Amino acid sequence: MLTLTHFLTLGAMLFSLSVAGIFLNRKNVIILLMCIELMLLAVNMNFVAFSRFLGNVDGQVFVFFILTVAAAEAAIGLAILVVLFRNRQTINVTELDDLKG
Amino acid sequence: MTRMDFLLIAPELWILTMTCVILIVDLYIKEERRGIVHLLGMVTLIFAAIITLRGDFGIDGTNSALAFNGTFIRDQMGDVLKLFSYLVLAIVFIYAKFCLREFRMFRSDFYTLTLEALLGIMLLISANNLVMVYLGLELLALSSYTLVAYDRESKMGSEAAMKYFVLGSMASGMLLYGMSMIYGATGSLDLQEVAAAVGNLSGDNYLLVFGLVFLVVGLAFKLGVVPFHMWIPDVYQGAPVAITLFIASVPKMAAFAMAFRLLQTGLGELHTDWSQMISILAALSIVLGNLAAIAQTNIKRMLAYSTISHMGFVLMGLLPGTASGFGAGMFYVIVYSMMSAAAFGMVILLSARGVEAEKIDDFKGLNQRNSWYAAVMAMVMFSMAGVPVFVGFFAKWLVIAAALETGLVWLAILAVVFSVVGAFYYLRIVKLMYFDEPVTESEINAPVDFRAAISLNGIMMIGLGIFSSSLIAVCMASFGA
Repeated sequence: MLTLTHFLTLGAMLFSLSVAGIFLNRKNVIILLMCIELMLLAVNMNFVAFSRFLGNVDGQVFVFFILTVAAAEAAIGLAILVVLFRNRQTINVTELDDLKG
Repeated sequence: MTRMDFLLIAPELWILTMTCVILIVDLYIKEERRGIVHLLGMVTLIFAAIITLRGDFGIDGTNSALAFNGTFIRDQMGDVLKLFSYLVLAIVFIYAKFCLREFRMFRSDFYTLTLEALLGIMLLISANNLVMVYLGLELLALSSYTLVAYDRESKMGSEAAMKYFVLGSMASGMLLYGMSMIYGATGSLDLQEVAAAVGNLSGDNYLLVFGLVFLVVGLAFKLGVVPFHMWIPDVYQGAPVAITLFIASVPKMAAFAMAFRLLQTGLGELHTDWSQMISILAALSIVLGNLAAIAQTNIKRMLAYSTISHMGFVLMGLLPGTASGFGAGMFYVIVYSMMSAAAFGMVILLSARGVEAEKIDDFKGLNQRNSWYAAVMAMVMFSMAGVPVFVGFFAKWLVIAAALETGLVWLAILAVVFSVVGAFYYLRIVKLMYFDEPVTESEINAPVDFRAAISLNGIMMIGLGIFSSSLIAVCMASFGA
């Protein structure tokens, strides 16, 4: 029998994976975008699980909003990525180092 | 949904309508007549102010009205913060018009995006539900990411936008994760119901405390306080100065309102838990912000670190969890947005022919070039440093009093000591302006509305200082103190 704890653990694992992905990734900006998506999906997992076990639909409604905003966010992220690539001819994370101090 | 709901949300609806109108109008006007867009933007803000003032809600601090099943709240704090958002955004429009024309970037996108961001700010200020907090925040954040990449050909700008996007999205993710935990522990998304449920829960609820930690992390990212401040200097430096001007002023008021709504309205029962975290964040930001600012030679970066330290001071106002503390924080954040707008306005004024006056040395000998602008900049710097008579002093005084009220004597002492450290780099600019030889003799030109706005903005620093009691009273009354 699956309990709430199982779902929360899965959510926490996905969330940790995405945070680790953002911090460990030194190669490619696209992987960062994927990690951000994964992070939002982990949150959705939590909301749906809570919603199911509390018998309250508010959480599922929130998930719809998060999914919609995530789509908009991905669109803007990719647009910035295109601008970045056009200006620098690279999307390597380690080469994004003009700004520091 | 009743007529009352729509009356309460009228200012937001007006801004939304006008944003769409500007978007369409821009299609039909020629490039040389683009001043119309600026005019429409200003009209939008003026009418928004009238609509907000005409809604007679929250005249005394306790009066508030809910709309749309309690997702939206109209109260005095919200109304006051919104009115100041319009004012500061109007100043930003005037400065930015001059700057964008100089840099040949005068497009209507700036107006639509900033008005969209203003809509996000207003929803965030009036949010009474976790969904509304998230939606307002994202509307603000997504418009800001786009604005940072406003100059499509700039290497720095696109790098800054990417960094801002990744860190900002991660912060939203953290905030959402915290919200999901709080939803799980309390079974509601409505902030008032969350507050009631938290009151009924027994002592150690690990879900709730976990949620609170993530919520504070997300908030700290958005406010830009140490150790979650990494994006601020890069974004301020990389973005075109007109955009930095916007990002550094208006959204700060929304960040304060968001912190108040989430921490006090929603989780006021957990005050002892969050005030500990907030006090550490405040102390770290004040120390690191002021120390790092000393080492900067780029004025945008210096002002970025100064923002970090100022946000630490704003957090100090949240610490006591009392009406007078929140009033102090609100006063600080309003004053800060105006100071910040004036400081970046001066950077714009000195930028000439498509070259930004980024270096601190660009301020050398400003007094010999134009003594009035030097005086304006000096007033802004004195106010930021917290010299008495100037409004920044009263703001600092109130938040330090709030920290003392909580019994955090160490934090109050730290804040005073690092205000003195901070005074060093603010006064260094004053010294450069008055006692150094100018590097260029070129004349400083600006259109008349710009000159009027920057003069008014500078005079506000001392005027609001002398007559600070009425604004302080309004802020205090917003929380019923």
